[in-house]
Amino acid sequence: MKSATQIAADVRSGTSSATAELERTLTVIEQRNAELNVFLYVDVEGARAAAAQIDARVARGEDVGPLAGVPIALKDNLCQVGVPTTCSSKILDGWRPPYNATVIERLLDAGAVAVGKTNLDEFAMGSSTENSAFGPTRNPLDPSRVPGGSSGGSAAAVAADMTAVSLGSDTGGSIRQPAALCGLVGVKPTYGLVSRYGLIAFASSLDQIGPFAKTVADAALVLEVLAGHDARDSTSLPEPAPRLVAHVNDGVAGRRIGLVRELFDGADESVVASVRAAADALRAAGAEVVEVSIPELALTLSAYYLIAPAEASSNLARFDGVRYGLRVSAEDVTAMMEATRTAGFGAEVKRRIMLGTYALSAGYYDAYYGQALKVRTLTIDAFARAYQRVDLLLGATTPSVAFALGAKTADPMTMYLNDVFTIPTNLAGDPALSVPFGTGEAGLPVGVQLLGPGRSEARLFAAARVLEIADGRP
Amino acid sequence: MTLPDGWEMVVGLEVHTELLTRSKLFCGCANHFGSEPNTNICPVCLGLPGSLPVLNREAVDFAMRIGMALHCTIAPSTFHRKNYFYPDQSKDYQISQYDLPINSGGYLDLPDASRVAIERAHMEEDTGKSTHLGGSGRLAGADSSLVDYNRCGVPLVEIVSGPDIRSSAQARLYAAELRGILIATGASDGRLEEGSMRFDANVSVRRPGAPFGTRCEIKNLNSLRSLQRAIDYEALRQIELIDGGGVVRQETRHWDENRGETSTLRVKEDADDYRYFRDPDLVDLAPDQAWQDRVRAALAPMPAARRAAVVALLAAPSEAQLDAVEVVIDLGLERYVHGVAAAGGDAALAVARVANELAADVDHVANLPVDAFVSTLAMEQRGELSATQAKTVLGEVLRHGGDPRAIAAARGFEQLSSDTLGATVATLIASNPDEWSRYRDGDDKLAQFFIGQVMKLTRGQANGKAVIAELQARR
Repeated sequence: MKSATQIAADVRSGTSSATAELERTLTVIEQRNAELNVFLYVDVEGARAAAAQIDARVARGEDVGPLAGVPIALKDNLCQVGVPTTCSSKILDGWRPPYNATVIERLLDAGAVAVGKTNLDEFAMGSSTENSAFGPTRNPLDPSRVPGGSSGGSAAAVAADMTAVSLGSDTGGSIRQPAALCGLVGVKPTYGLVSRYGLIAFASSLDQIGPFAKTVADAALVLEVLAGHDARDSTSLPEPAPRLVAHVNDGVAGRRIGLVRELFDGADESVVASVRAAADALRAAGAEVVEVSIPELALTLSAYYLIAPAEASSNLARFDGVRYGLRVSAEDVTAMMEATRTAGFGAEVKRRIMLGTYALSAGYYDAYYGQALKVRTLTIDAFARAYQRVDLLLGATTPSVAFALGAKTADPMTMYLNDVFTIPTNLAGDPALSVPFGTGEAGLPVGVQLLGPGRSEARLFAAARVLEIADGRP
Repeated sequence: MTLPDGWEMVVGLEVHTELLTRSKLFCGCANHFGSEPNTNICPVCLGLPGSLPVLNREAVDFAMRIGMALHCTIAPSTFHRKNYFYPDQSKDYQISQYDLPINSGGYLDLPDASRVAIERAHMEEDTGKSTHLGGSGRLAGADSSLVDYNRCGVPLVEIVSGPDIRSSAQARLYAAELRGILIATGASDGRLEEGSMRFDANVSVRRPGAPFGTRCEIKNLNSLRSLQRAIDYEALRQIELIDGGGVVRQETRHWDENRGETSTLRVKEDADDYRYFRDPDLVDLAPDQAWQDRVRAALAPMPAARRAAVVALLAAPSEAQLDAVEVVIDLGLERYVHGVAAAGGDAALAVARVANELAADVDHVANLPVDAFVSTLAMEQRGELSATQAKTVLGEVLRHGGDPRAIAAARGFEQLSSDTLGATVATLIASNPDEWSRYRDGDDKLAQFFIGQVMKLTRGQANGKAVIAELQARR
């Protein structure tokens, strides 16, 4: 499978065409989607028209952008004009957005071809893509296992060679965890680096959009297109987008990297072994690796499961049957709203709405939501102190490799524990990525996680590239 | 209205005012009253999935103007979400300011010399408008409901007073003075009938000096008259309840304008838990000093200062004259009074003419330059025009514009003061010999008789003072 970087180069040079690249993608989707349930919607006509347009522009000698003719899969919580957008929920049944998410505008401006919308855990709540109203997605590396979640469809699209790159969203690990389980690079950017306009919110203060790719260079290429200030998102960082592709091969010589005990303690042996091997590889490339402990991280899972549901309980209030999506008729407006939400939301979404509503309620706010905010402040401070001593942090992305479908659906808490290593960065607003390094049980890929201070993406990509080379993908 | 002996009411007001921004609080949609339903809407104010709010800086300007006019402290503030389900609220939460409002700790001095504390004046977004068909016209029991989201997201400032008001008349005075201030800041058009200002009243009663009683909140009062009536009704209701051995329950009450009474909307125990929390889609608002200075520098004078400036031109003004000054200030027409005073004319006369003639045709004041008004009143004072003629000239200029002197000349007003008037007076003396002899013998009351007769003959075009001068010349 060609990388996105290669596809763009071929399309720009005329060696290949956007149409040819798209048809290859559509063929693979045709072959594998029924088995894997990756795409909820494939926009065949729209994509073909877009590809033809790009080819026409190339023929006219125009510069069609850094993602010229690159087919890309989009998580189905991103709004695209006229394309069904469901969040894998029955409650958005039939809704087609009248506007594009900023990230989609930027991808299209850069010459990418939007192929379709991928499956996810309903409203991005989950870690296995089993909480989808449209059935689970299967891991292309082993279809008896989950691809991770919530961006499992976008991860599987790349892992199955349907597209070279895709977009996901990461609220507590929803890009990095599936990237780890599918053997991909997955990036959760600095909060505010990528506009959230048009991303259907799960937890607004934690959500970030980021890329999946097979290579570090492809991930950097896509993120460079996505990043940069957007006046339509008040939380968007004011600074111009950083240069990322140019720094991918900067290496780690002279960098201080902290191996964080709390970010691999309790993980499977093969995962711990991969993390330690990654530390050695970074050392071999000239970094100084030191073991550090950030005890505050032990509190973050609990804080996350108060803050994220609290925000979600408010964000998901608008799905009331009045203006769009599902409406279940009832005797009056209040009953209609209740019937619509009862029928439209799945069990995990309802659970989190109830958790969040409770955490914000009068008499409980201070003990739950208020307390969680304090933990969040402690986490931010703890990371800031760590980054005074080191340039980057290293840990595991997930406690285990991809697990079997149904293995963790019985007890929500078991599923929540999947995110224990990824959640801390979301609370801090800092960037992190997962890069494949070594293998574990059944030869499945292991992801190691690199974390850095705000806007340190270029540094993270350089370190990830070192691991990519050391893992045998030069 | 006075309360029964030994009772005092305690009132605090919450006033919502829509801001006259060009666009809505968090999106670029037009902020316009009266458009076709659901035409001023976009993904943001419609709360479509994935949309995000961006704060309108012009709304912040207006909010700060209001705060400055009310002597508030302007502080860094935040936006919260007030969560509750209602069809006319597109996100099922309202973005509002909660524990950290932009304006706090001010006051408002009323014309009766009392001072009412302003606890806060914060920003929030308005909801859409529901129309319920069938049933009682309210949500419960309606056959169907229609929602218009044009108003959804329109910027509001809510001004919360301290519990400093002690009578319904004072509440009305506060509301009227606040309305004048809001208009003067340019933040609001003050149009109560269009709902651009709405009042909630918190009312309790107590024995003077006793701690505050339990309060009830009367929601959505839309006129000064309703405000005053509702407060009176509610205070008396509470007194009768307590006198009868009952206890006031803290509750929200609805004012029925037709029946003239309040009724329970919901009791405190059933009150919504709004689950306020910081809106993660918005950042803190902290206008820097330069921004604040810019707003302050552009602030127009407030009604109290403008009122004082006009009153200072009047010698021992009567109650009626003060009422007329109020009309002048309310309409923002004091430039005419100041123009007359600056030219050495009669300010009291100017106030009277503005409060009557100009107020009657306020939409056309653009046709009447200040110097035209000044010259018309000068003609009247010099006796070249009678009061009636002066009013006619003003009315003509207001309707069509033009030079007052030319209009007076075209109507033949000016000749009356000399030859015509003398001839008319001479004719009347000849035809009323009894009255004339009594007048000559010193009965000055008869002057009024002759003036009346002259007016009749000239169809009101004569000047009373000029008639007296003619009479005295012949006495």
